[in-house]
Amino acid sequence: MEQNYPMKRIIDDQGNLVDASFEDMIDEKLVKELYYNMIRIRTYDRKAINLQRQGRLGTYAPFEGQEAAQVGSALALNSDDWVFPTYRDHGATITFGKSMARTFLYWNGRVEGCVPPEGKNIFPPAVPIATQLPHAAGAAWAEKLRGTRNASIAYFGDGATSEGDFHEGLNFASVFQVPVVFFNQNNGYAISVPIEKQMNSATIAQKSVAYGMPGVRIDGNDCLSVYFETKKAFDHARNGDGPTLIEAVTWRTGAHTTADDPSKYRPKEQGEHIVDPITRIELFMKNYGYWDDQWVQDIKAKTTIEVEQAVEEMENFPPPNVNDVFDHVFAEMPTQLAEQKEAYLAHLERQ
Amino acid sequence: MTQLKESDQQNGTTKQMTMIQAINDGMRLMLEEDDRTIILGEDIGKNGGVFRATEGLQEKFGVERVVDTPLSEAGIIGTSIGLAVNGFRPIAEIQFLGFIYPAYEQIMTHVSRLRMRSMSHFTVPMVIRAPYGAGIRAPEIHSDSTEILFTHMPGIKVVCPSNPYDAKGLLIAAMEDPDPVLVLETMKNYRSKREEVPVGKYTVEIGKGEIVREGTDVTLIAWGAMVSIAEKAAEQAEKKGISCEIIDLRTLYPIDRDIIAQSVQKTTRAVIIHEAHNSGGLGNDLVSIINDTSFLYLRAPIERVTGFDVPVPFFTLEEHYLPTPARVVEGIEKVVHF
Repeated sequence: MEQNYPMKRIIDDQGNLVDASFEDMIDEKLVKELYYNMIRIRTYDRKAINLQRQGRLGTYAPFEGQEAAQVGSALALNSDDWVFPTYRDHGATITFGKSMARTFLYWNGRVEGCVPPEGKNIFPPAVPIATQLPHAAGAAWAEKLRGTRNASIAYFGDGATSEGDFHEGLNFASVFQVPVVFFNQNNGYAISVPIEKQMNSATIAQKSVAYGMPGVRIDGNDCLSVYFETKKAFDHARNGDGPTLIEAVTWRTGAHTTADDPSKYRPKEQGEHIVDPITRIELFMKNYGYWDDQWVQDIKAKTTIEVEQAVEEMENFPPPNVNDVFDHVFAEMPTQLAEQKEAYLAHLERQ
Repeated sequence: MTQLKESDQQNGTTKQMTMIQAINDGMRLMLEEDDRTIILGEDIGKNGGVFRATEGLQEKFGVERVVDTPLSEAGIIGTSIGLAVNGFRPIAEIQFLGFIYPAYEQIMTHVSRLRMRSMSHFTVPMVIRAPYGAGIRAPEIHSDSTEILFTHMPGIKVVCPSNPYDAKGLLIAAMEDPDPVLVLETMKNYRSKREEVPVGKYTVEIGKGEIVREGTDVTLIAWGAMVSIAEKAAEQAEKKGISCEIIDLRTLYPIDRDIIAQSVQKTTRAVIIHEAHNSGGLGNDLVSIINDTSFLYLRAPIERVTGFDVPVPFFTLEEHYLPTPARVVEGIEKVVHF
């Protein structure tokens, strides 16, 4: 099976172009945009971990190592597309237009963190596993029924392929030929369980056969491959040709969340050979003349400021409002809930 | 049926319908009126649904609006969420309430919670229809009455009509509601009687019960198939000189507390009847409502006549599970002679 789904890559670990068919499609603007966004989200991610360690942020799920998969896929979207992320895909959602401050707020236990910018179809992160796949199929179905060229992307991890909702989402999408891209980040581990204990298949991409949809396996640490293959899957979807399953093979450098220690379940040497996705694109930029020291310094400085400002915005955000416990359960509050709210607010008044 | 008579007089156009025909008529009407309406479910298209609730609708409105889905409850509810947040008004049919459990996560975690999680940015205006209940000699697992799993769930309304008029009116109200509504349809009453139902559009307000029989000695509270059990019990009790008032609750969340309080304060006694299991049943909520609103009016402890804490038995024994008029009469006598 593995040979049916060879891992596609455009640049190798040393930053050499290994698939010349993409040469004409790669330009400075694209390469710099990929690099810039990967630096942005890595700066964000590392800051979040620091904040958590300092007690300024709740439990946090880091994505370091998966920047190419998240940025490459998110940049392939059109602005009216629908994004259905998991809790580890805020690199993708920030790239797509979610505010960093709101994303920090989410990890600080604030419901405001789920609210996307107006006009951006970004779902709250799926916390249960794979439940967002049918949602993505449904939203894509609506676009198809309306006859637009918009599509959905559902992000999910390797563990999600064991869930029933993975099957139900892919099956619906396939039966109704809706414009959705199922974007799997196979980072090798579902918390502590390695992929070989998760499934007895050689690849995730091969599961596409069961749904009669194209499946593609890509080097998820090669941002160019991720970008072009996702774009291709979206073109396929927009043209009315239905869903695609993409398996982006990547590696989670850190822990599942700040609450666990991967050395307990993952051999230390296991990820050592993996070349960091940002290093990969850096080497490529240097090899092919896209590297510009001044520009890199500038964007790093700019990104640091952006992240610091987001922290400031998060920390100066108005305090949580107790009304929000009650006010967004129904459009119109039922009497019994209104009474519970009133009684509780009166109780608070008495304290 | 006071509303029925008023609406009859208003538009003069009614038709004899069973409950299943009234449900079909409500969906037809909304498919005609609102382009956003889309119906999803197993066997609902060509076959018209296992109970024929959607009969003729696919023929009339096409395969894109009345959709035969894969056999996949979580898929039906999950894709309906995507359709609902993206501008459609899905009606998802779950073939039997006893088969809804694969979709429970989608309903609990997403359908009912998305408004809260997104501070009303994303809303899920969808209807889930599910036939429920025992008493029709169905194969096992087809007869569950697990409304409490949904009334306990914040963010979803639950309605349970007992007759054709309410079935159509509540269904249309559910379809126009900005929030998700679960419509529990008692299979026992699908074809048990015909009555005059307006052919036009009307709604029955969600959150309002109805007094279906007036009385002075004891209030019986029931919904779905149990309303007619309560009616039969009330007739038998009347022969013993006991006057029963009956509330058809109609909406199980949010419950119409006012109608309960007013009735119980008048009659000073209450018997609650439900076919769901006793422990953790909705009857407990009703007891607490009476406790909160009418404690000092009571002349006897509240009685509950319910299904037992057992899985609904195979159909040759289901009569021993379901509340009967005779059991209800015993409950009535217990509270009246306390």
